[in-house]
Amino acid sequence: MEKFEYRYPAGVTAGGRAMVGVVGSGDLEVLLEPNAAGTTTVSVTTSVNGYGGVWQAQLDRVFKGALVGPDAPAVQVEINDFGATPGVVGMRLAQAFAVLGAGSGVGSASGAASGGGS
Amino acid sequence: MSATPDFLSRDSFVERDARARVQALVDDGRFRELIDPFERLVSPWLLRQGVVTQSDDGVVVARGEIDGQPVVVLAIEGAFQGGSLGEVGGAKIAGALELAAADNRRGVPTRALLVLETGGVRLQEANLGLAAIAEIHAAIVDLRRYQPVIGIIAGTVGCFGGMSIAAGLCSYLVMTREARLGLNGPQVIEQEAGVAEYDSRDRPFIWGLTGGEQRYRTGLVDTYVDDDSTALRAAVIALFRRGRPAVERSQRCEQFLARLKRYDPAGQVTAEQVRQLLAEGAES
Repeated sequence: MEKFEYRYPAGVTAGGRAMVGVVGSGDLEVLLEPNAAGTTTVSVTTSVNGYGGVWQAQLDRVFKGALVGPDAPAVQVEINDFGATPGVVGMRLAQAFAVLGAGSGVGSASGAASGGGS
Repeated sequence: MSATPDFLSRDSFVERDARARVQALVDDGRFRELIDPFERLVSPWLLRQGVVTQSDDGVVVARGEIDGQPVVVLAIEGAFQGGSLGEVGGAKIAGALELAAADNRRGVPTRALLVLETGGVRLQEANLGLAAIAEIHAAIVDLRRYQPVIGIIAGTVGCFGGMSIAAGLCSYLVMTREARLGLNGPQVIEQEAGVAEYDSRDRPFIWGLTGGEQRYRTGLVDTYVDDDSTALRAAVIALFRRGRPAVERSQRCEQFLARLKRYDPAGQVTAEQVRQLLAEGAES
């Protein structure tokens, strides 16, 4: 098991929270909560050791690129990973921000769509 | 079993995660979660053993309504650690059942619905998991004095170990063809009895003895449904409308034991023999 922390530029403070995914084989859990404007923090706990470089590269792609981007709401991201591929990580993060945007929070956060991740 | 277009139009319950299952079962998909993931009541034991935790410890506790009546739905996430129950997840279920019983004593007719997707006790938490499961057993027996307690076993994990006893204590059980119900899992039995007697990789054999259809035909399960969210919700509503059974299944254990005594273990048992043995004169 390994832990990593990352910081990215972000927009205004998020207006809610969101939770998607499961800590199951090849999948991960993502929790989003509001953070101070301007910064998004990402805290990763993963079951697979030795992939720090891959996490850095994939999270850079997500938070600096088009998938989430630097104008997205500022959040604290918690990731609990059980061996998800970078592609699944990207999709779960995009799904979490979509749920955050829809304002449905936790009660309906992991609708039928979340079954498609693994 | 059914034509392809029918299959494609179904809303699979098995493929839903625990929270999405709750959503499919309650009225209008509306519920309030107790001890939600953001409270981060995670297992204190897994991290010390180098195992990644899940923010809800694999148990969703939801309050809502089913058929217009107050209900607490307790859904176990089978994808997290095989749906195993440790100290926290077990306490969430036991505590919610105890609160439902307390509601009833105050005149609020809260019912309980368990979505069982579990291998039983979480081995990393050993005795604490066992103790929690014992509390769940006691809480089901307490609550069912007031309201029927319903268990759903949808699959694909199934329901095993101490939680199979919890299933046995439920007033009513619902299963799909995908699910299995047994005290010991197939690999455990194979390890103890030998591969010649019980081959855990022989899937037709395993499902033939412990699958939902067999459990239904042998009187251990009340409703056998397709893997369809609408059908499962309808089955739960129909069972709640029956009210409490005159005699709980677990109180009829003498009947089952009497039938088991007629079984001759000299030969290899077949699914058909078990049906004849258990279903004879059985009432569900």
